[in-house]
Amino acid sequence: MFAYLLRRLLYAIPILLGVNLITFALFFVVNTPDDMARMQLGVKRVTPEAIEKWKTERGYDKPLFLNPAVSGVGVVTDTIFFAKSARMFVGDFGRAEDGRDITREIGLRMGPSLAIALPTFILGLFVTVSFALLLAFFRATYLDFWGVVLCVAMMSISGLFYIIGGQYLVSKLWRLVPISGYAVGLDAWKFLILPVVIGVISGVGASTRWYRTIFLEEIGKDYVRTARAKGLSEPTVLFRHVLRNAMIPILTGVVVVIPLLFMGSLLTESFFGIPGLGSYTIDAIQAQDFAVVRAMVFIGSGLYIAGLILTDISYTFVDPRIRFDR
Amino acid sequence: MKFLPVLLWSDALIWFLAIAGTILGALSWRNAPLRAAWRRVGSSRTGMASATLLSVFLLVGLLDSLHYRPRLESGGQDQPVAYAVEVLSLLDAIAAPLRTRNEKTYSAPLATRAYAKESIEVVDADGRVHAERVFPRLKFGGAHLGNDEGKRAEDVLRRVLSAGGLAFGLLGLVSFGVSIWLARGQKVSPGQSWRLIWKGETEFAWNAVLITLGALLLVLLPVLALCVDYHVFGTDKVGQDVFYQILKSVRTALVIGLVTTLVTLPLAIGLGVLAGYFRGWVDDVIQYLYTTLSSIPGVLLIAAAVLMMQVIIDTHPQWFSTAAERADLRLLALCFILGLTSWTGLCRLLRGETLKLRELEYIQAAQAFGVADLRILLRHILPNLMHIVIIALVMDFSNLVLAEAVLSYVGIGVDPTMISFGTMINNARMELAREPMVWWSLAAAFAFMFALVLAANLFADVVRDAFDPRTAGAS
Repeated sequence: MFAYLLRRLLYAIPILLGVNLITFALFFVVNTPDDMARMQLGVKRVTPEAIEKWKTERGYDKPLFLNPAVSGVGVVTDTIFFAKSARMFVGDFGRAEDGRDITREIGLRMGPSLAIALPTFILGLFVTVSFALLLAFFRATYLDFWGVVLCVAMMSISGLFYIIGGQYLVSKLWRLVPISGYAVGLDAWKFLILPVVIGVISGVGASTRWYRTIFLEEIGKDYVRTARAKGLSEPTVLFRHVLRNAMIPILTGVVVVIPLLFMGSLLTESFFGIPGLGSYTIDAIQAQDFAVVRAMVFIGSGLYIAGLILTDISYTFVDPRIRFDR
Repeated sequence: MKFLPVLLWSDALIWFLAIAGTILGALSWRNAPLRAAWRRVGSSRTGMASATLLSVFLLVGLLDSLHYRPRLESGGQDQPVAYAVEVLSLLDAIAAPLRTRNEKTYSAPLATRAYAKESIEVVDADGRVHAERVFPRLKFGGAHLGNDEGKRAEDVLRRVLSAGGLAFGLLGLVSFGVSIWLARGQKVSPGQSWRLIWKGETEFAWNAVLITLGALLLVLLPVLALCVDYHVFGTDKVGQDVFYQILKSVRTALVIGLVTTLVTLPLAIGLGVLAGYFRGWVDDVIQYLYTTLSSIPGVLLIAAAVLMMQVIIDTHPQWFSTAAERADLRLLALCFILGLTSWTGLCRLLRGETLKLRELEYIQAAQAFGVADLRILLRHILPNLMHIVIIALVMDFSNLVLAEAVLSYVGIGVDPTMISFGTMINNARMELAREPMVWWSLAAAFAFMFALVLAANLFADVVRDAFDPRTAGAS
């Protein structure tokens, strides 16, 4: 197990390196720092001095990969690549356009993001798995048919509609909870309840339908027939046998997103004014803050790889056939 | 010439896709299993109903993909011919009344008066002038009524009823035509084939097509009858007709949903098949490539790439001669980026399937006979992967349409000057805070997007059931 984990962790390094190279190429090779400076300072009436100043302030005035001007290790370290990309591996993301330290900002914003994403995830998983089991229990009946139709219809509605509609109905018309905002501590519940409910509802359609297919596939297998032949009742078959065996394909899709919960949700956070990582990203995109976007890309892919490893570990818990000792 | 044809890049691609799709459809008809699968799609009522709706959207999109620049009226004979900078499409020409009759600002659906009060100078009976706060009459909405504004309800009802009657008449005519046509092919009397159609006993789901067509006519004809003299879905902040914006959004959604596949397909098919067939270091490299790309969260990768594209576009204004060209190129770049970030899933599927296929006896027999690798790939492996490709194509379409709206909201979608569902929603969402609320723009955008995506989703489901060998036998 340990050797397997170590191998997986080592395999993550070239992938992170690749991500790093891709983002570096996107941000510094496709466009030169001069282009970015002109973009930030306004295309017209910009002096070369202003561009130079902008570049020096942000450390973009160095060469890309190799710096022949300095001697020793500086040839490699005193470059944009080392300062901006390689430093990400030790958690140093530099400063945002407004001068704040990105690493610190990310630490501050993880909490609110998790406060929304974690309840949405757990509640959503519970609701969708129960619905899917219900549909599987009533398979090939009108309830099943109309349930699937409802799922497809719910999938076809834009996520923006759920948010805008929910905010309008609950916050503006009924005045049950504030439209947007955030509070620290237990007071936060009234700001969190609406985004969580909307998050769950907007995900119900697609996931329920997917889990239903997984359950139905499982129900068609021989061991289920055996279980029924033994005289077990349908609920026992569903909960004791089908649900447990369907956990493997469900886990594949679910565990991988758990680390990504830290990143928060772009839309929900920006509509509800929650100071999490999602709204941080949106603000950065809209302000064209390249440093922040680069940092988020790196963290996002790191978390995704962590999710893949977690998925593998979780298999050993639900499927005793899978072992990584070899 | 009265106009100068303009071929935008996206026009060329969308027509290319339409033609290539037709050719591929004809080719797949020659392959027996695929033909059987298409037959299953054709006999599905849900499938044909959604296909009818989709083809209406497609028709609007294709009409909107023929662009030209109208000639400017010149003063004399000897002056050089000049064309307007504005690029119009055939749809713009057809919908000219919708495009040109702009009000000052917001007006509600079917309104004859503006939505906000304005100060208007009124001359009293004794000749004095004073200002009065009133809802001013719209310049075009219901202008034909003159002073009889009270007759609006009557007028609307009359138009809706006569258009509805026309819809029923047309539906009867079309179904009569279809039953005669079917009767000639199958050597039965028209009356018999009419009964077969409505009992649902024809092989092709004609009843679903006709009912959907009837429902569409029942909705569209009244809208068309009204939109000549009213703003059926109201007007937006700058007074533009919302129905016109909806029509224009369809093309943007189609381009995003379809042109993206031009990027995904070659990458996914090429790399997936190569990795699965050759294995070894080729497989390692390709796996590394797609693991790396898919490990970056989609939105962030798109955001990063779009930001960089914006920098390029903004720093090179000399590349574009018209604003339409710039918006168009930006749309294509967005498709390109969406394609680059979304090929990994399909590639993984195809690699897995190829790994399975290459171990089968018929492939090994071909190898033993010394058939070249390229030929094995093209003749024996690729045709057996087509069902996965077709399923992935139709499933992706609706996701891409939905994604466009979100991306435009985040500010990394289409050009702000390009009309799309995303920009419509984005512009309208601020207006919900107004009192009383401006809801029509948002509602119309969501409703039409829902119709398009729902039709695409239902069609995708039917296609998947028909093409997936695991489910194909069941139905």
